[in-house]
Amino acid sequence: MSSHELRTPLGRVRGLGSAKEGVTHHIRQRVSAIALIFLVPWFVYSVSDATGGAYEDAVSFIGHPINAILLILTVGAAFYHMRLGMQVVIEDYISKTGTRQALLILNSFVTIALFAASALSVLKIWIDAP
Amino acid sequence: MAEAGRTDERPMSPHIQVWKWHATMAASIMHRATGVALYVGMLMISAWLVAAAMGPDAYAPVQALMFSLIGQLILFGFTLAILYHFANGIRHLIWDGPRAGFDPQFASAVSVFNFAFAILGAAAIWSASHFL
Repeated sequence: MSSHELRTPLGRVRGLGSAKEGVTHHIRQRVSAIALIFLVPWFVYSVSDATGGAYEDAVSFIGHPINAILLILTVGAAFYHMRLGMQVVIEDYISKTGTRQALLILNSFVTIALFAASALSVLKIWIDAP
Repeated sequence: MAEAGRTDERPMSPHIQVWKWHATMAASIMHRATGVALYVGMLMISAWLVAAAMGPDAYAPVQALMFSLIGQLILFGFTLAILYHFANGIRHLIWDGPRAGFDPQFASAVSVFNFAFAILGAAAIWSASHFL
């Protein structure tokens, strides 16, 4: 053990030191937040309008090219941001290793599956639009 | 990490019960709570998009749920949560980037503003989409 080692011997044995990923996670969380600053105001206003009507209104809103592009960007940034955020919540509250790993994997699956389902639904409506 | 049979008394972090509630603490807890709520709420947005892609038959029950009392309450809660997380998220970015707004009194004022922004904003958006 070098004299510059800052971790205690107990900490080294437990192997629960830095995983060298914290800074990347922090930056990704903030960059996706910056993207959402631009997307969320449009999303809240337009979607509250589009969900308030009939089927035809919803489809004509989603099928408009500008709306379709903005929707895909919004769900992309949102599910990415959600995956990072929920990862921290799981790491903070679930200390049992097996449960924690299972929930982290579930978090990845859920956010990626919802992104795929949402983006492909928007694409289908856009392509089918007259 | 509480191993059985530990003999030394380790210092413990103060629990939530011993803190006097203040605005910045409520704002911080609410940021995480709204984040988790939005995670669940986005399931609803995905269901709406998938139902719209599947056609009118699939859209009808989703629409019925959205227009029911419970559906409207959930959607209003989603609007509240997204507006709060949006406003408080900008404050977090200002803390991290320009590193401004740490003065306790100012930070408390911003916390109160963020709560007011969410409540008044959600009320305004819902009034606009229901009555205009």
